[in-house]
Amino acid sequence: MIEIKNLTKKFGKLVVLDGLDLDIKSGGIFAVLGPNGSGKTTLIKSILGMVIPNSGEITIDNISVLKQWEYRNEINYLPQIANFPANLTVVELIEMVKNLRPKKSNENELITLFGLTPFLNQKLGNLSGGTKQKVNIILTFMFDSNLIILDEPTNGLDPVALIHLKEIIKQEKEKGKTLIITTHIMGLVEEIADEIVFLLDGKIYFRGSVADLKNQTNQTNIEHAIAHLLTKENV
Amino acid sequence: MFKIIKYSFYDLMRSRWSYVYFAFYFALGFVLLFLNNDINKAVITLMNIIIVLTPLIGTIFGVMYYYNSKEFTELLLAQPIKRNRIFLGQYLGVSFSLALSLVLGLGVPFVIYGLFNSPAIFDFVLLLITGTFLNFIFVALAFNIALSNENRIKGFGYAILMWLFLAVVYDGLFLISLVIFNEYPLDKISLFATMFNPIDLSRILIILKLDISALLGYTGAVFQQFFGTLLGMIISFVVLSFWVILPVGRIALKANKKDF
Repeated sequence: MIEIKNLTKKFGKLVVLDGLDLDIKSGGIFAVLGPNGSGKTTLIKSILGMVIPNSGEITIDNISVLKQWEYRNEINYLPQIANFPANLTVVELIEMVKNLRPKKSNENELITLFGLTPFLNQKLGNLSGGTKQKVNIILTFMFDSNLIILDEPTNGLDPVALIHLKEIIKQEKEKGKTLIITTHIMGLVEEIADEIVFLLDGKIYFRGSVADLKNQTNQTNIEHAIAHLLTKENV
Repeated sequence: MFKIIKYSFYDLMRSRWSYVYFAFYFALGFVLLFLNNDINKAVITLMNIIIVLTPLIGTIFGVMYYYNSKEFTELLLAQPIKRNRIFLGQYLGVSFSLALSLVLGLGVPFVIYGLFNSPAIFDFVLLLITGTFLNFIFVALAFNIALSNENRIKGFGYAILMWLFLAVVYDGLFLISLVIFNEYPLDKISLFATMFNPIDLSRILIILKLDISALLGYTGAVFQQFFGTLLGMIISFVVLSFWVILPVGRIALKANKKDF
């Protein structure tokens, strides 16, 4: 579905993505892992067209997406930091995003699920971080798109909301959607990810399933397996 | 793009500062008209205030809005919208809402005062048009500075310096250069120099219309002599339009290349 070829991105002298090649097939949950600053968010933002790569090619369903914008109608994206215009209310924000995307949406179901009904007419500036993240999640999942990209989706969520989020992710997977997730919570990766892509210094350092990772590193715990990957690199 | 303009506009229309700005002009209009009782003097005083204040407020609001809505911009960037429409939409939203505060804030007291029966209506309308121009120009310049500077404190600093330079320092430098080079013919240079400062240009435009030669100053006198009143006004408007078009063009270009 997504094909990335020789993707390079530099910020000044810092090389964040260094000739990265990656292909992601349709359907399933892909976890993009890596230490801080390894280029996870830059990779995601390149797919979305928010970061403009220095060189390389990105195609979705064999159509190049660089400098295009219509293709984003088929992507749902959850950004890392949930921050919205302080003077708008939750309802107005949801209406606005709906207004910008000519697609069917099922926000009411999600609003009830996350218990946001009492907050609907409050201004976004007055909401707590976790509540903002719930709004963020609703904005992401209310549309029916084939590709869903989640950047640190668990930020600031309470346990109940986290359970709901995992349920939604699983439901979307069952519908045959492709999900790309970055996270530092290894428990989440172990629970839901079909495939792991481990980034280091702007390159793919490991790719495979959770079981592959454990086998390759001879570890039973995924956190240790990741740590093992990193120490092997240092040796 | 229209949707983005609408939301930026609503967002600002709800912010307290839009009302403070509106209330300031409203109070100013009332005080000047009802305590002064001379509409021509009121227009001149207003000119002096508008010419300095509108650029300042435009600069500050422009920079502030850009930085404060950064995460929101990222949300928009992930939607199926063309990049430069997002930024032009935000720019126009900020500019329109500030222009509205200016036009309504000053307009209402003047209408209550009986502006429509007064011969000063054209001077007054020109004043509002120029103020609106300055507003659009300085919001555009502020957006340019903010787009080029990731660090918001730097961006804010540069924006204020730009305002200070155009509103105050430019005139000083200009005057010094006139004194130093007073043995040379300076008419054309001063004409040229005026074009490069929208604040000076607006001042001359209004004074040309008001026909107060005492206030024209050197550049204004040269301007009037060179172009005459009507042509002078048309040229000023054309140059002011360029002052809007060029920075807005750069916003669109810059927005297409930037990483978020």
